[in-house]
Amino acid sequence: MTVMGTPRLRKEDPKLLTGENKFVDDIHVPGELWMGMVRSPMAHARVTSVDTSVAAGMDGVHAVYTGAELNDMGLWAAPLPCAWPVTDDMVNPPHYPVAAEEVHHVGEIVAVVLADTRYGAVDAAEVVEVEYEPLPVVPSIAAARDGDAVAHSDLDSNKAYHWPLIPDPDALEAAFASATHTIKAEFEQQRLIPAAMEPRGVLAVPSPAGGDVTLYSATQVPHILKVMIAATTGLSESKLRIVAPAVGGGFGAKLNVNPDELLSVTLANKLGRAIRWTETRSEAAFSTHQGRGQLQTIELAADGDGKLTGVRVHLDADMGAYMMLITPGVPLLGSFLYTGVYDVPAFGFTCDGYFTNLTPTDAYRGAGRPEASYAIERAMDLLANEVGVGPDEIRRRNYLAGGGHFENLETASTLVFDSGHYSPNLDAALELSGYDQLRAEQAKRRADGDTKHLGIGLCTYVEICGLAPSRALGGLNYGAGGWEHATVRFLPTGKVEVVSGSTPHGQGHETAWSMIVADKLGVDPDDVTVLHSDTAISPLGLDTYGSRSLSVGGVAIAVACDKVIDKAREIAAHQLEANPDDLDFEAGTFAVKGSPDKTMPIQAVAFGAFTAHDLPDGMEPNLQEQVTWDPPNFAFPFGSHVAVVEVDEETGGVELLDYTAIDDCGNQVNPLIVEGQVHGGIVQGVAQALWEGASYDADGNCRNPSLLDYLVPSAAEVPNMKLGSTTTPSTSNPLGVKGVGEAGTIGSAAAVINAVCDALSPMGITDMPMPASPATVWNAIQQAKNNNENGGGQ
Amino acid sequence: MQVEVTVNGQAKSADVEPRTLLVHFLRDELGLTGTNVGCDTSSCGACTVHIGGESVKSCTVLAVQARGEDITTIEGMASDGVLHPMQQAFMECHGLQCGYCTPGMVMAATSLLSENPSPTEADVREGLEGNLCRCTGYHNIVKAVLQASGGQS
Repeated sequence: MTVMGTPRLRKEDPKLLTGENKFVDDIHVPGELWMGMVRSPMAHARVTSVDTSVAAGMDGVHAVYTGAELNDMGLWAAPLPCAWPVTDDMVNPPHYPVAAEEVHHVGEIVAVVLADTRYGAVDAAEVVEVEYEPLPVVPSIAAARDGDAVAHSDLDSNKAYHWPLIPDPDALEAAFASATHTIKAEFEQQRLIPAAMEPRGVLAVPSPAGGDVTLYSATQVPHILKVMIAATTGLSESKLRIVAPAVGGGFGAKLNVNPDELLSVTLANKLGRAIRWTETRSEAAFSTHQGRGQLQTIELAADGDGKLTGVRVHLDADMGAYMMLITPGVPLLGSFLYTGVYDVPAFGFTCDGYFTNLTPTDAYRGAGRPEASYAIERAMDLLANEVGVGPDEIRRRNYLAGGGHFENLETASTLVFDSGHYSPNLDAALELSGYDQLRAEQAKRRADGDTKHLGIGLCTYVEICGLAPSRALGGLNYGAGGWEHATVRFLPTGKVEVVSGSTPHGQGHETAWSMIVADKLGVDPDDVTVLHSDTAISPLGLDTYGSRSLSVGGVAIAVACDKVIDKAREIAAHQLEANPDDLDFEAGTFAVKGSPDKTMPIQAVAFGAFTAHDLPDGMEPNLQEQVTWDPPNFAFPFGSHVAVVEVDEETGGVELLDYTAIDDCGNQVNPLIVEGQVHGGIVQGVAQALWEGASYDADGNCRNPSLLDYLVPSAAEVPNMKLGSTTTPSTSNPLGVKGVGEAGTIGSAAAVINAVCDALSPMGITDMPMPASPATVWNAIQQAKNNNENGGGQ
Repeated sequence: MQVEVTVNGQAKSADVEPRTLLVHFLRDELGLTGTNVGCDTSSCGACTVHIGGESVKSCTVLAVQARGEDITTIEGMASDGVLHPMQQAFMECHGLQCGYCTPGMVMAATSLLSENPSPTEADVREGLEGNLCRCTGYHNIVKAVLQASGGQS
């Protein structure tokens, strides 16, 4: 029986449902000390003095360290790492875990206390007295680009890099020069606070004999973290063990190398005491990176039928105060996708990265791709208006391969899309959403003069995931490869153990990997145990981000299973006295062709490999294989989303009434998990469109760092979703799988804002800033009404 | 200060600072780490437990205020290795992914059903307003609660 492709309940769930799982903050060791961070209240200032005496004298306080003291202790071999220097001349100011002389964002650490208790660490941090000399603040991208203030006083400018991707500049110029229709639009991708429900936290435990440190961290990337901690602290990699225990969501926010991780490891190593820290939610706005933060300009050129002839894009991207692990590369991850699912002959993209005095930015669910999808899909609606056709029709006219099935198609942005089949996917979305009835309802409301306006928004996205071919990443100056490692081994009892390099934080790897192995080896999924997230058990891996787990890590496991079968076949043939080529392998049993009584279950082969009493000459005992899989290409999932909103003209309130998504992530392993990923992704994108946004004042203070003010939606704000799928297998891997972790987020923000603009289009409204809060929408309506009354409508 | 409570049917006590929050008492003193902390403003509901059968965010209560109370945490929901019907429904409906909000969600949802045994979808959404989840988009959580109520799913 085939397990892959069927919905299967998760083996992870019982422990999570009963509270048995251990997250970092649940793990305690004797003698542990709590770390408390003294954080700067100023966005940009010189630190003129730090007085730690009162804190150091408090009961239960073990030590207090300033940035200068930590530097003098020789704990740092290098600054915090940036693994993606996107250009050779990229500016990358040194960033140490604790600032010694100048702070560059609110919340930057200026001193660290170690105390016996959770509360004691907070108390002590509060009485460290720091004096600051304020410096001019750069509180936004626009200020970084246009203003006089510099975010780092030893730099001449806030510009960090300029990155161009213009494959054929002449063709691009010609496309715009000869266009019948041109569209130019500017959008702001506001900063987002990732807000995984589990705050980040660390526990560094030195070994009793000294020398080795185990770091438990709420991280998505234990393997990358291990390499980076070694490089940053000078500690030997072989003396570090990183464990990501149960991790409560990541969304990119746990894909970094953070001051707390470095401080806990080095201080634990130095003092011989376990050191721990867990961020508070309000602290997370400063201690964990944020997402998005871009000003986008997109221009379309099209012929008289609305057929695209060129797309030109410029981004100004907010790095925040420092380059974190992949800060500068995030906008570029989207660069190849500004032509969307469309056949665009000429393309050009440029990005300028700027420093501001705000929390650093870095990966957040979709990382560059939701931004790209938003810009092209918003612009396509503007083009539809310009040409005078519907949003579905403008898309169909421009689909790659005319909307038909394609494989390995090179696009104007230089990438080769693995596979696609866009028209049927849109058809399915329109049908499931009841698109025609919705348009009829909209027309009726408009005819009735209803002040509750119905809006219908489409988004047909494509994304790039499955990071990635190592060579391609090298071409982008990325500091690592894109492979993934897996080990598959039969235990003597016939059970299977899988060691996964990719690391889950809610995605259900244990269940999904068991299903892949079950189908390959013909075993029960419950007889498969998946080991992961501990560098002592899984020494090789490149972890989980960019929707890469299945299409890289899962495929590595499938390929390792194939190698296990190959070896098992040799052993079975030897023991059945047959030629290996004459053996069939089905449902876990080898059988000699034409001799149905000569069979051997793979578990018996495994036991024979363990005893090694009768193996072919020269064969190593045991049945286990390792694979490092480096995919030949990325994967390009796609989908069509339809959002339905009601906009109340009198209050500006937007209600999401209905949401339909048809996603195509290639072959599915577990449709239950696929749907769950899409649900969550959609709501995160909807939240960007309607509610979320980190807001900063002119002094660089975050106005809404807590969950009181930062509006992560609850169940009451979102509707049920209608999901479906089409299946266009990937050509990038033997399982034909793509990836689905970010798809929902990549499609939904554009669909929702397209719906809001569609609702208000009779008033002449064509754009709406995110988040489309009641105040923002109401103001736009008032402005439109004033324009219309004045006969303007400009 | 000495705090004595009944937790999951067992008498427990510990000596804590007066300012100790109930959630830290449960987690750090009693070792019941199934109850999670997701915020510092009583917004997220990850720390929801039952006090006297009613759901309470245990970060809003001082341990000393819970003296003598009968508290149930997520560790007290399954019995003899059998999941509580709400836990079972969450599993069957894929109502959890990372699982961090899940203990609080399950506690809030069981309390919701004890007050309203036959909720509509809108009742469930409204009733769980104080519990945040970042993974599921709530779709399957709502489905699970409706299933546990014996209603439509």
